[in-house]
Amino acid sequence: MTYAHRHLLGLEGLSRDEILYLVDTSASFKEISEREIKKVPTLRGKTVVSLFYEPSTRTRTSFEIAAKRLSADFVSISSSGSSAAKGETLLDTARNIAAMRPDCLVIRHAAAGAAHFLAARLACPVVNAGDGAHEHPTQALLDLLTIRDHVGRLSDLRVALVGDVLHSRVARSDAHALRALGAEVRLIGPPTFLPPEAAAWGHVTHDLHAGVRGVDVIIMLRIQRERMGRNYFPSLDEYSRYFCLTRAALAEARKDVVVMHPGPINRGIEIASDVADGPASLIMEQVTNGVAVRMAVLFLLVNRVRATTRETAPAVERPRLRRTAG
Amino acid sequence: MVATRRIVLDAQGIDRALARVTHEILERNKGTDGLVLIGIRSRGVDLAQRLAHKIAAIEGVDVPTGIIDITLYRDDLNRATQQPQVMGTDVGFPIDDRQVVLVDDVLYTGRTVRAALDALIDFGRPRTVQLAVLVDRGHRELPIRADYVGKNLPTALYESVEVRLKERDGRDEVVLVAAESPPLLVKEGAKER
Repeated sequence: MTYAHRHLLGLEGLSRDEILYLVDTSASFKEISEREIKKVPTLRGKTVVSLFYEPSTRTRTSFEIAAKRLSADFVSISSSGSSAAKGETLLDTARNIAAMRPDCLVIRHAAAGAAHFLAARLACPVVNAGDGAHEHPTQALLDLLTIRDHVGRLSDLRVALVGDVLHSRVARSDAHALRALGAEVRLIGPPTFLPPEAAAWGHVTHDLHAGVRGVDVIIMLRIQRERMGRNYFPSLDEYSRYFCLTRAALAEARKDVVVMHPGPINRGIEIASDVADGPASLIMEQVTNGVAVRMAVLFLLVNRVRATTRETAPAVERPRLRRTAG
Repeated sequence: MVATRRIVLDAQGIDRALARVTHEILERNKGTDGLVLIGIRSRGVDLAQRLAHKIAAIEGVDVPTGIIDITLYRDDLNRATQQPQVMGTDVGFPIDDRQVVLVDDVLYTGRTVRAALDALIDFGRPRTVQLAVLVDRGHRELPIRADYVGKNLPTALYESVEVRLKERDGRDEVVLVAAESPPLLVKEGAKER
């Protein structure tokens, strides 16, 4: 099995086998972070550049640690300290970075499709680290790895995605991946947070307590206050009264249900502190698994380029020329 | 293209060779004190398990057995024509000051062993590292030799050695395969992995 794509832009459209291959490969990288010497020489001499146009703690750090544990050099650019602040366009910035011959570009941008846009125009592999409300593939992969570690399987799952589905790229990537794996997906939130296409991903409900009954996994989504131009609910207080995952809501679910959240969490708004820090919570393990997932993704994409340059180079054309000449 | 195949070790031959190697390991290390076995994926892992069973039968001691995946340490990742499969490493015990026996099926260029040594050193500082292989087919490209050899098998570069083990392949045998019109096809020699 292989991941034959040049980039990782999203999970929509990937096959079940491709997704499982990415999760399997990620699982083999976990052990490296448990070693005393947390470094392997695999990407020695390779350069990974991250270009973040949105704030991030977890994802950017996770990519950086992943690259460094593979011995790659990691250069981090954020929009505030870069020429983007002087008005340079995304494409111009990216072209200039590409001209310095990185082996992989990791991009986060507020515009959906930003990673696809660059992937179509640059020579190096591109990893989407979140593009607007579109996709966040490495987050969904680490969610799957965490689910498999704890539930023990990735087939026949029942998963609830709760909260701000509309603005959530995590929800989209999770929903696409879970559907490819044949999971039963439930989407729970107020009507203003459930986009029309959500009905195609799974069962939509506005009742948290009823919605979590019988699910194996609850994935809470962050209320993205920075993306809200208008009011999606009357008040945070009212939102939390209906959609905050409290111990009472959790009691409606299976005893062995696991709770995940992509972070950063709004304590007391979408998730109660005693649930976020409680025994069902896998939030910290998600973060740990994130490093393994990003190591696997960087490993596969950077190696893939080497393979393609060999395969697609003159190999096909050259013999024909030789024959006519000789 | 027709290839000629010759069985150089059958199930009994493999078992006898491993029995001898087990005794040699125990003799050289004066028993099992501080002894650990580490198999190189994939068939080295099966062979390490078999050696561990034989040691347990002789000495009544279960020696720790680990797994090393050398993919992340390969020197030819740059030239790989297909996506390398990472299966993971599992060394669940400290190797500091231990007598480590690396186990692999075929010793050829020595590049796998070079990578395994690099991987091993990342886990600690063993007192000694020894190498046990089922088949040594020659053609070393690095200054590496085996301490324990099941069978020395002189080969030509255009030949390849196929090891099959019950655990993985359903039966035990070592086969020497030669392409029919050999030297023209060979530039770098077949890869050992």
